[in-house]
Amino acid sequence: MIPGSFDYVVANSVPEAVALLQQHGDDAKILAGGHSLIPLLRFRLAAPAVLIDINRISELEYIQESDGVLHIGALTREAALDDSELIGERYPILRDTASGVADPVVRNWATVGGNLAHADPANDHPATMLALGASVVAEGSGGRRVIPIDEFFTDAPFETALHADEILVEIRIPAPGERSGGAYCKLERKVGDYAIAGVAACVTLDANGLVTRAGIGLTNVGAHPIKARAAEQALIGKPLDEANIQHAADLAAAAAQPTSDIRGPAEYKRAMVHTLCVRALRRALARATGATEGR
Amino acid sequence: MASEVHTHHGLGEAYKRKEDARFIRGQGNYVDDVQLPGMLYGDIVRSPYAHALIKNIDTSNALKVPGVLAVITGKDLDAAGLAWMPTLSGDTEAVLALDRVHYQMQEVAFVVATSRYAAADGVAAVEVDYEPLPVVVDPKKALDPDAPLLRPDKKDRQPTNQIYHWETGDRAATDAAFAEAQASGVIVSQDVYIPRIHPAPIETCGCVADYHSATGKLTVWMTSQAPHAHRTLFAIVSGLPEHRIRIISPDVGGGFGNKVPIYPGYVCAVVASLKTGKPVKWIEDRSENLASTGFARDYHIHAEIAADKDGTVKALRVHTLADHGAFDAAAQPTKFPAGLFHICTGSYDFKHAFVDVDAVHTNKAPGGIAYRCSFRVTEASYLIERMMDTLAHNLGKDPAWIRMHNFIKPEAFPYRSALNWTYDSGNYEGALRLAMEKIDYDALRREQAEKRARGELMGIGISSFTEIVGAGPGKHFDIAGIQMFDSCEIRVHPTGKVLARIGVQTQGQGHETTFAQIIAAELGMSPDDVDVEHGDTDTAPYGLGTYASRSTPVAGAATALAARKVRDKAKKIAAYLLEVGEDDLEWEPGRFYVKGSPGKGKTIQELAFAAYTNCPPFLEPGLEAVNYYDPPNLTYPFGSYICVVDIDRGTGEVHIRRFVAVDDCGTVINPMVVEGQIHGGLTQGLAPALYEELSYDENGNVLGGNFQDYLIPTAMETPSWELGRTVTPSPHHPIGAKGVGESPTVGAPQAIVNAVVDALAHVGVRHIDIPITPWKVWNILKEKGLAVD
Amino acid sequence: MSKHHISVTINGTVYEDDVDSRTLLVHWIRDGLHLTGTHIGCDTSSCGACTILVDGRATKSCTMFAVQANGREIMTVEGLEKDGKLHPIQEGFHQEHALQCGYCTPGMMMAGVALLQRNPHPSERDIRVGISGNLCRCTGYVNIVKAIQYAAEKMRASEQVPVSAGEGGE
Repeated sequence: MIPGSFDYVVANSVPEAVALLQQHGDDAKILAGGHSLIPLLRFRLAAPAVLIDINRISELEYIQESDGVLHIGALTREAALDDSELIGERYPILRDTASGVADPVVRNWATVGGNLAHADPANDHPATMLALGASVVAEGSGGRRVIPIDEFFTDAPFETALHADEILVEIRIPAPGERSGGAYCKLERKVGDYAIAGVAACVTLDANGLVTRAGIGLTNVGAHPIKARAAEQALIGKPLDEANIQHAADLAAAAAQPTSDIRGPAEYKRAMVHTLCVRALRRALARATGATEGR
Repeated sequence: MASEVHTHHGLGEAYKRKEDARFIRGQGNYVDDVQLPGMLYGDIVRSPYAHALIKNIDTSNALKVPGVLAVITGKDLDAAGLAWMPTLSGDTEAVLALDRVHYQMQEVAFVVATSRYAAADGVAAVEVDYEPLPVVVDPKKALDPDAPLLRPDKKDRQPTNQIYHWETGDRAATDAAFAEAQASGVIVSQDVYIPRIHPAPIETCGCVADYHSATGKLTVWMTSQAPHAHRTLFAIVSGLPEHRIRIISPDVGGGFGNKVPIYPGYVCAVVASLKTGKPVKWIEDRSENLASTGFARDYHIHAEIAADKDGTVKALRVHTLADHGAFDAAAQPTKFPAGLFHICTGSYDFKHAFVDVDAVHTNKAPGGIAYRCSFRVTEASYLIERMMDTLAHNLGKDPAWIRMHNFIKPEAFPYRSALNWTYDSGNYEGALRLAMEKIDYDALRREQAEKRARGELMGIGISSFTEIVGAGPGKHFDIAGIQMFDSCEIRVHPTGKVLARIGVQTQGQGHETTFAQIIAAELGMSPDDVDVEHGDTDTAPYGLGTYASRSTPVAGAATALAARKVRDKAKKIAAYLLEVGEDDLEWEPGRFYVKGSPGKGKTIQELAFAAYTNCPPFLEPGLEAVNYYDPPNLTYPFGSYICVVDIDRGTGEVHIRRFVAVDDCGTVINPMVVEGQIHGGLTQGLAPALYEELSYDENGNVLGGNFQDYLIPTAMETPSWELGRTVTPSPHHPIGAKGVGESPTVGAPQAIVNAVVDALAHVGVRHIDIPITPWKVWNILKEKGLAVD
Repeated sequence: MSKHHISVTINGTVYEDDVDSRTLLVHWIRDGLHLTGTHIGCDTSSCGACTILVDGRATKSCTMFAVQANGREIMTVEGLEKDGKLHPIQEGFHQEHALQCGYCTPGMMMAGVALLQRNPHPSERDIRVGISGNLCRCTGYVNIVKAIQYAAEKMRASEQVPVSAGEGGE
């Protein structure tokens, strides 16, 4: 309930944050939304010596589309994604995802960047970003670099490709082409919980309705967020009919590595990957073709 | 005292609540809001092990933490004879563990410090050496002859892990009825497990103990549902003189039975205040609350019904294994170790019944009676409503029909059940008919048939429960020996305003409003002119507190009767002032007047003034009265609930489409308050049916011990409850009221479970244990070939 | 352990204090400033009893450090009533019997205020979503939804915002 002691410092700019990370190394943790970190501190499961508060770096809160790329500042709050008309119209998969993170009060502070950088396999955005083919921009003492999302997560939970002195500054998502649609389906024990399982699916179809691009990401069914590559591959060049959807869902379920825990038996979670993949693909199809199913 | 119901000025009105004024301004006074000069803080070191010997406790580093003043251990308490304390069930429980711990999160040491934060640091710095012992979490295994003895401290009087065997009913006649049914009737049987859950009020437990050495007075602000009983128990356990102990239960943020037991934290805070001479505050965290304070349920039941082939029930036989955790600290009347579980014949006319309960210890937290259970009535009602549905499905009968066919008929009241309860009044058929009408039951059955043909899974579940509340008549009902009467003291001031105090203790039930309405109705005043206080044992008359829905049946009766004493005295004063005999006076709300001369009268306010200024010489001055009410019987609220569910064949999720609740609590004092209680109770019935469970792994680690994993429903999970009402007054209660707080928690879970089972009955499903998680349903769907995407 | 000087505006009043880094905002408000209307109900940021507004945003004050509030504007339940006049949300909770024990009520009302700021025309579903971060054990939420609807109506009426078809208040 009550955290141990630590030092606290405010970073007012990205260079300042980087310099502080350099200075303190492993002793420091970044404090963004704080709704993953602060509970850990309160249960004394983490005990950093220094917290670097980056919440004042308001330049990192933005959502803008330019030159065929959606740029989301890493400090953008889930509530902002949820409220954004741009997101709702052109990237509804992000609204699906953001609106299911925790609860509306937490969403006022929780950040997209934090959701990715904390790399809890139970977090929702990783699967969606994998499905979208996003990339993230990191800034550290070595300058800025762009990391494709499927190189960002490692095999271990709570671990990313970020160096010790880097922070995430931006997430980049390719703007959807014509006949593109995506959806995130999350199954939870109750509203506000982490996922029992979650599936993010994005598709792009050509003029004949054949799939030219497919992205499928899985939430909380493994030690890290999972990109269901075989399922994605199986859809390329195919129509997104029920049979192909079922087949892709089979492959997505096979790619899952769930464990049994308080959120259900492994066998159930694997089966739910299947069910959610089918539902996500159906909704993605509806959005890609402008049909009325889904928002 | 027949139940004259006065339908004016207060009774039956949806009076807006008087207590709201402070709560909506954030000016409630809950225990953690109490801040006293020089106040210290306590925090508890708890065992990570479910079963272990304590080899050593090293407090040296903790004492070095800045702000830490003391660390109290079991040895320190033992020197004062306080390491163990009696429970409300005749057992003893550790205050701080001495040589061993019996459950994960058990209290091991109490750190006292100058701030909350220092106390937490102190706790983190206490080092305890444990030697783990084998853990018993399965109550059946606790009965194995080679099971480790979990309570060596009482091995002389209890040589095994079995705490008691209790039985009631006519075993021989019941067995004979079953034999007959075996030959020419029908027997249905079911194993029903009701898992451990936790009442989890949003305010956790805590206290501020303040001992003044100069006066010898101990004041304890405490989250207490029963302040007077707690005061007496403190006096007995500590040896402090009872007239110098004051318990103040200020505003309580929800109780639901969680705040009836005495917890080690309270005792330690008192000891710490005695030691330091300063106030000591102890407030537990949510994780501590869930894992160590009084749990509810944990009954493993095997039930059987013997019936005729036409569906007429004849006999009920129930065997229960009760898991009480490491200490039997269940809070129920002492003569009833299984509470009122033997109400389990429910609303149905069973000729014979036999119930037995075996209780055992396991390495889990103590408790058993909580979560709006009415003393195990939740368990009883759950089992009979599940069994009636099982009977219906086995015989191919409609569940509504089987209930109507077997209901106790209205003309049978007062009805003596096969397990010796005398039900005061009831109209079960009326409640069920109203519920069926409101939900359009016949249309739903038609819809179900259509949907079934298309492979859609929809279910309708009924629960027609009988409650038993208002404990209770003193010759049978006592808490730790204290008879379960209750009280009200009324003072009418010279200017006609009323201050009343009652022996019960609200934790949200709205007593400041509803009891004011009772008095206002009796005296013909506005509830605005009647203020009701409670919770301070120095000023409130002795009462047994609020739990098990007893406030209205017992203290409500005392209140009506005390008000009638006031009115009777006022009548004497009126007769004197008007110079007539008492028989020449009539009463209308707020005044007495001379028969035939309505213009000649005196208002209650004038009479109050006269009581102090012009009192008849043959009367004592003043206008005050007190009543201590020993109820002649319990009361029996009842109702019928109907739930409609749709099952997602892809995920196994259960969606509640509709839930209609018809309740009968006799006379309704405030319909708005009653409806609010029902909304909340239904939500606490939904929760165990689909979401909540406090379980343990095989090492005795608590699972679901925080609000991330203990799934309290939010507004998203909770349906829009639809309510209805019938009114069947209690013939023995002064205003005909029965109480209602726990009816919905008693009645609701099985309506939901019955609906889910009903959705799958056509493929042979007869029971699913709660909580009905999506994966439990999905496993069934898969097994039956019904799972899709 | 570092101490920091903070200056925070709460309900229009500026408070200056020296706090430890680790002091939770809810503890500072309750124990430090004696504003005890904001409550604590859990330790996993789940129950919302501690909900306040920080710079206009609903915030679980148990999941923020007091130091983070430096320079910010906070509203707690104590700031709802102005010059003896109750806020429509307070009125709504009283009129619709949306509270019983009162413990979740301050946080619930603040979440309601935040919801109505974002969406003056919420549907029942919007309201249930909006309060899904606030747990109540007593009321079953039915009357809380009605209370927020009451407040929404009252606030729309007093703003005299012309409501024409199609304006959803986004």
